[in-house]
Amino acid sequence: MHYLFEPGLFASGPVRTALLVGAVVAVTSGIIGVFTVIRGQSFAGHSLADVATTGGSGAFLVGLNQFWGFLAAGVAAAGLMEAIGVQRRRGRDVATGVVLGAALGMAALFLYLDTQQTSTTGASFTVLFGSMFVISPDSVPALVASGVVAVVTVAVLARVLLLTSLSSDLARARGVNVRLVGAVYLIALAVSVSLSAVAIGAVLSTALLIGPSATALRLTKSPIRAMAASAVTGLAATWLGIVLAYDSYYWPPHGHGWPVSFFVVALVLAGYLLSYARKPRRLVPRSPHEGAECSPA
Amino acid sequence: MAQDAARQTAAQPTTTPQTVDPATPRSLLELDGIGVRLGGRQVLGDVTFTIRKGEFTGLIGPNGAGKTTLLRVILGLQQASAGRVLVDGEPRQAAHQASIGYVPQKLVIDPDMPLRARDVVSLGLDGQRLGFGFPSRQRRELIDKTLADVGADNYAGARVGELSGGEQQRVLIAHALISRPRLLLLDEPLANLDLKSEQEIVALLGKLAREHEIAVLLSAHDMNPLLGVMDRIVYVANGRVATGSTDEVVTSEGLTRLYGHHVDVVRVHNRVLVVAGE
Repeated sequence: MHYLFEPGLFASGPVRTALLVGAVVAVTSGIIGVFTVIRGQSFAGHSLADVATTGGSGAFLVGLNQFWGFLAAGVAAAGLMEAIGVQRRRGRDVATGVVLGAALGMAALFLYLDTQQTSTTGASFTVLFGSMFVISPDSVPALVASGVVAVVTVAVLARVLLLTSLSSDLARARGVNVRLVGAVYLIALAVSVSLSAVAIGAVLSTALLIGPSATALRLTKSPIRAMAASAVTGLAATWLGIVLAYDSYYWPPHGHGWPVSFFVVALVLAGYLLSYARKPRRLVPRSPHEGAECSPA
Repeated sequence: MAQDAARQTAAQPTTTPQTVDPATPRSLLELDGIGVRLGGRQVLGDVTFTIRKGEFTGLIGPNGAGKTTLLRVILGLQQASAGRVLVDGEPRQAAHQASIGYVPQKLVIDPDMPLRARDVVSLGLDGQRLGFGFPSRQRRELIDKTLADVGADNYAGARVGELSGGEQQRVLIAHALISRPRLLLLDEPLANLDLKSEQEIVALLGKLAREHEIAVLLSAHDMNPLLGVMDRIVYVANGRVATGSTDEVVTSEGLTRLYGHHVDVVRVHNRVLVVAGE
């Protein structure tokens, strides 16, 4: 256990990059995830992550940083889902399913082709399960900027998103362009998912999007607190996951570190389960003479 | 302020529509020959009525008669195929949104929704705007006052999804009221309420109309809970409306004409039953 805060940890370049990118990813996913959960778009979020796999594996094939692949595929899929989804009541689910199937088929092809290139050994693993310790320092500014743009976008839309979640008719009656807001939100979601795909992998990015948000929504009542709690929960899981993964190089079998993604996802799940340990909230504080105040004078 | 208004109301006990405000004879809301077609079917035709300041109007009719559609036309959520909606005598436009408060049909709010009652009311103030609303003392006091006005101050800090139906209605009424509308539209606010909540909500809305001079247009399939507070009834059936006082509109002859088939109106102990005839 004396390795936990071993001096080499924070001196290591890859670890510092991982901690920085991990923080951006966790905070972005945490804040955006709150709206994903309350808008009931967890399936859309997961689908965007799966579709990102196609972009990531394609990017590997042409020698680009996989983040750009994730981002391009995610944003394109978000646009497509939004365009098809509004035409029918169940359109979104159907469109998501169709787009998802086609994209994963292409991902299978790209990943197969990736493995044929010796220069990209481990591509499948990196795309699917993340590459926290091998993030190129060159890509860090782009990752941070994307996270900031996504968070600022959602912060600007926060009130409108909450009003729309309460009732889209209420929002429309007050002049909100509900469809446009939904489309912009879905694109911000795609950016967020692409970021976490870089950190913990396309397949697992939903965990960082939904887990901390679901935990925060169980523990807090107001929107601001839910966003803050979700960001902090995600951050704690990510940082602790990075530290444990670094330490795991010294665990058996020696010399083979365990994947960061495993630790992050396990910690997210543990946090969610812990939120159940809290005793159920008192539903509504009621005063003994409720109703008396509003009887007609 | 509410007490002053109460005293004024006590001084002038008669509040027939004509004497509400003789200085402004113009109607607050006027529907002129509204017709609506949905999917090629004529849902409403030639709907004409007016609402004046502080007037309580019941929009009554069986389920599926087009009450919600009519409210959506007034709100601009549904395009009318014929006719005009006038607010203050002018065609309805985006600028009128602030003068119309809206309480939609029974919302299903998930208990996990991170909105306290006071957050919902806060969204009524500026939920359509971009950016974060920065908290201020003034804002907090206005929210507290509005919650108190509707008798919802006991659960201001509770999650709205965990409140009972009647409590949620109060919070949604506060949400609609905080922007100080002159007209409040409520879509079936009494549906799914227990009798006690139903009476309380009706009493609250009657008080808002009288004391705050807010015109109320409320849709319901049962007129009985509203008989004591309604100034006027707009009865919707068969795609058409009949308007006037309850006594004028709710008669066997009048409703038979409206429905297009025979109905009997039966009055028992100050309650009204509308029964289909043979």
